[in-house]
Amino acid sequence: MAADHGLTRDDAAYVARLARIDLTDDELDRYAVQLAGVIAHAAEIAALDTEGVEPTAHPLPLRNVTRADEPRPSLDRAEVLAQAPAVEDGRFSVPPILGEAP
Amino acid sequence: MTGLGGPGAPGAPSGRPGPALDIARAVRAGSVSALETVERYLGAIEEVDGELHAFVSVLHESARREAGAVDAKVAGGDDPGPLAGVPVAVKDNMCTRGIPTTCSSRILEGWCPPYDATVVQRLRAAGAIVIGKTNLDEFAMGSSTENSAFGVTRNPHDPGRVPGGSSGGSAVAVAAGMAPLALGSDTGGSIRQPAALCGVVGMKPTYGTVSRYGLVAFASSLDQIGPLTTTVTESAVVFDVIGGQDPLDSTCLERPVPRTVTALDEGVEGLRVGVVRELVEGVDAGVGGAVAAAAEALAGAGANVEEVSVPELRHGLPAYYIVAPAEASSNLSRYDGVRYGLRVEADTAEAMNAATRAAGFGPEVKRRILLGTYALSAGYYEAYYGQAQKVRTLIIDALAAAYQRFDVLVGATTPTTAFAIGAKVDDPWAMYLSDVCTVPSNLAGHPAISIPFGSDGSGLPIGVQVLAPALGEPVMFQVAAVVESEAPVLAPPRVHAP
Repeated sequence: MAADHGLTRDDAAYVARLARIDLTDDELDRYAVQLAGVIAHAAEIAALDTEGVEPTAHPLPLRNVTRADEPRPSLDRAEVLAQAPAVEDGRFSVPPILGEAP
Repeated sequence: MTGLGGPGAPGAPSGRPGPALDIARAVRAGSVSALETVERYLGAIEEVDGELHAFVSVLHESARREAGAVDAKVAGGDDPGPLAGVPVAVKDNMCTRGIPTTCSSRILEGWCPPYDATVVQRLRAAGAIVIGKTNLDEFAMGSSTENSAFGVTRNPHDPGRVPGGSSGGSAVAVAAGMAPLALGSDTGGSIRQPAALCGVVGMKPTYGTVSRYGLVAFASSLDQIGPLTTTVTESAVVFDVIGGQDPLDSTCLERPVPRTVTALDEGVEGLRVGVVRELVEGVDAGVGGAVAAAAEALAGAGANVEEVSVPELRHGLPAYYIVAPAEASSNLSRYDGVRYGLRVEADTAEAMNAATRAAGFGPEVKRRILLGTYALSAGYYEAYYGQAQKVRTLIIDALAAAYQRFDVLVGATTPTTAFAIGAKVDDPWAMYLSDVCTVPSNLAGHPAISIPFGSDGSGLPIGVQVLAPALGEPVMFQVAAVVESEAPVLAPPRVHAP
């Protein structure tokens, strides 16, 4: 159960990529040290014996909730799109996801 | 609504009502108008908020308009509600339609939600008036309100010190007389900790009793909205107004939320109170002394007070600082520069996402996203997130065992009083330690309240915490009312509205 607590600068760079955050070299240096410190404290619980303990993801016993399938007004499209950084033809506009723009 | 008629009315709480309830009574009686009240508080904000910076926006026009509507109801003989004409300061992570909601983050600067949070609707339906949006640690991540993109908020008892956080703006608004009541959100102590450091009452409800619809998500299994007030009575009244099932939040409890105002008067005779060793060990001497004095006062009022040890609570902080960042890293993935908020242009969508998030998030939010992403990543998931979830179960079971023996538990709210601005910004774990006494209630989903109880040698406020099991709000308020009535008088803050 014990994890390797040595969060490295490479680990920080890796999770920054996963989390889609560009970090500068300075930020990477600083966050790697700070995160390693936090992880070392968090790892205090890694040594606890939790054999047979059920995990708790949520304080309430949740079950799926559905509402009646009836049409009702939704948010106004123009009001929603007015908050978007870029809009085209009544839709959100984004840079190309794959390859060259058409 | 019963219990608001003042002393002598049937079922009225005997504790002091507090400024919010004084206003509601006067407005309903027609002796003061809602508009005069709003003008008075706008003046107070004008007077002192330049120094304290509790607000990120002040809503002059809409507040006057809402006040006019309340006054029209009074004039027309209609009941404007139990919070008639009461200005309320709302933490800026709760949506207000057409009014900027920033979470004190550059990434949402200028965003105007197309809908109101359920709590905002319920407060307005009860006659309250939203007077402004308050500063917070960015996305509610922090314990000092120093992590705001829009500047720090200062403690009115000593402007060189932090107000706590993340609901620091809401705590300061109430403490300095800029709003008679405020809403905050509490994920690991973000209502109770600033309440303690600013000398006001702060309450986190049972998970699922107050709708999270329109609360910008930080850690969804922990977040709850609750009131910051001057008195325990006001806290109970606001909880009764904002609580209750909401079809727009599928994690709301289906059971009815217990009403609390009627419990305030019942005293503590025969109640079993456990003073939790783990919630007083290692705290400052002044804070520990206040908890001991509060426990003695409860015993004097007829409670059976005993010390109890719940060793599992020591694992609360490390478990919390895995669970909360893990949930945050998922929740904050929505800030991608596509549908709202900031966008930094780039050639591809992925580069645009990463540049936008780099520019839009501050250092603490980046740290928590990285930490959460790490804890959830392949190879580390079981060791960190999986283990933290199991520790959460251990804490819930240990508290359940304690509540077999006790009706409520008592401890410190915070290990220290307000610390100096800048003292902990470069040491995340030192900052996180501020939450050590408050995170267990979030992990368990239980209610807890911080009540001001005197001050330390420097005149800084101390909070005593009362914890109860799920849906134990009535007994929690019952005990809190006695703690409040026995508390030493706290000197008014150095900076306060005239």
